[in-house]
Amino acid sequence: MRNAYLDALYELAKNNKNVIALVADIGAIVYDKYREDFPDRFINCGVAESNMITVAAGLASCGKVPFTYTITPFITMRTYEQIRDDVCLHNANVKIVGVGAGLRYSTLGPTHHAIEDIAIMKTLPNMKIISPCDPIESKMATFAMAEIKGPVYFRIGTGGEPRIYDSSYKYQFGKGVVMRGGSDATIIATGGIVYDAIKASEELEKENISTRVINIHTIKPIDKEIIIKSARDTGIIVTVEEHNIEGGFGESVASVILENYNHQVKFKRLGIKDCFCSYYGSHQELKSHFGIGKKDMVREVKNLYKQKIHIGE
Amino acid sequence: MDLESIVKEIRKKVLIMCYHAGGGHVAPSFSCVELLIALYFKILRIDKNNYNNDDRDRFILSKGHASALLYAILAEKGFIDKNILNTFCQKDSILGGHPEKHLVHGVEMSTGSLGHGLSYGAGIALAGKINKKSYRVFALLSDGECQEGSVWEAALFASHHKLDHLIAIVDHNKLQSLDKVDNILTLNPFVEKWQSFGWEVREINGHNMKEIIDVLEKIPFSKNKPSVVIAHTIKGKGVSFMENNPIWHYRIPHTKEEWEIACKELGIDKSEFREVFK
Repeated sequence: MRNAYLDALYELAKNNKNVIALVADIGAIVYDKYREDFPDRFINCGVAESNMITVAAGLASCGKVPFTYTITPFITMRTYEQIRDDVCLHNANVKIVGVGAGLRYSTLGPTHHAIEDIAIMKTLPNMKIISPCDPIESKMATFAMAEIKGPVYFRIGTGGEPRIYDSSYKYQFGKGVVMRGGSDATIIATGGIVYDAIKASEELEKENISTRVINIHTIKPIDKEIIIKSARDTGIIVTVEEHNIEGGFGESVASVILENYNHQVKFKRLGIKDCFCSYYGSHQELKSHFGIGKKDMVREVKNLYKQKIHIGE
Repeated sequence: MDLESIVKEIRKKVLIMCYHAGGGHVAPSFSCVELLIALYFKILRIDKNNYNNDDRDRFILSKGHASALLYAILAEKGFIDKNILNTFCQKDSILGGHPEKHLVHGVEMSTGSLGHGLSYGAGIALAGKINKKSYRVFALLSDGECQEGSVWEAALFASHHKLDHLIAIVDHNKLQSLDKVDNILTLNPFVEKWQSFGWEVREINGHNMKEIIDVLEKIPFSKNKPSVVIAHTIKGKGVSFMENNPIWHYRIPHTKEEWEIACKELGIDKSEFREVFK
């Protein structure tokens, strides 16, 4: 996802001389091509993230289009007040790109995990949040982000995420995507974990539970229609996110259903259960350990499906 | 009106605004009256009729709590209507306790939380350098504000990028909210700190109009280096009982006697108040 973002950023910089990349000493090699061709528009701000964000806001006030970039906790949490006051309050055209969504930096420990960022970013007025699920979407969403005037938080993985889409995919900001059809239950996911949700749906199909998978790549503003339709069509919603369950994406989905759909829905959120992830291993191993793996999705959908059938009888 | 008369008028105006608001940062405003008037009347290349011009100088009130002072000056310069000054901090007013850019014409940056203005100014200065503009960017900081780490991140950034059209002015009144700066978290050696961060420093008496104008006409002090003016000031300047007493950081006179003294010392005619104070 990271390289796809950078490919798009390179093209944006080529076509718009106001595009400027700011990093906080992260992304050494991956920015090489960009840095070589646009040396005046690459600023390594050093390990001083808060200053980077406010410098970006100042640049934006002069018509520049700054894309700021570093590891997710440092760009969203260290800098939170700068993002609130200098970017969001000014509705400044600053893009905030956090690399290493969720548990992506699995072995680097809790300081490098990002499981609180959705919660704190979604509560900021004027902020939009994009969370692509694969490299193709990451690239296309980067172009879409550049079209938006105002703050955007872009939550991406690192590298090596599997491709889900093919190149014919057309990204639409604010519109959720049906990744797999299904009529018995729906899994709604965001980010790289959409891939696991698709795998879970494939497994559930073998057990005759037809499970729809929705990719919500725009967390804010969220696509209410696709969520309500899935609640109506399937009656079972399981949300999954690589984020703390408190304040996360699942709460956003739950709010949409509660406020807009007046019928019973079986609902379950899967996320990190309000703990720090002091546990080491691969990314997949961490997801399984903290209850957001494919198996967890399969189990929860089956549980809710049994309940639904039971009520139906 | 000569500058000294404007200084007097603005101090009066600030106290009257805070009277009608029922509160306000009077003393922190009074320490930088001369600084802001020198800037707005002699230094800044800005024009209310052409404010969106990309070539304009920028002024950032990083110590946003001196908003009453900024509004009084913006009104004097015609950016906003003088008639709204006495709505300060009251229902439906656009004039808040900290300035908001999208509400008030002439406010360059919404401030309030300390330690943001210098970074924002550095961003504007960097844009100017990239776009080969000749504008200057001025940021007024309080000394207490310099306890924020972000100020020093900005200081590093500005000197690294040789932003010699960025000028920090520190309203060095030696007091912060609760006590003397030196009793809370000293900045000393203050001049050497800025120098070691790669800034060219000048020290002045921040209440001496001639010194202020002289120094600001000489920027940049050194080519390729950002400039900082450390302006030695008196918090609460102009009202004897407010001067150098931290209790007046966020406070207006309370007793009739205090009001009488403040009005007398500032030369306020009591008919300027909406109602006679008790």
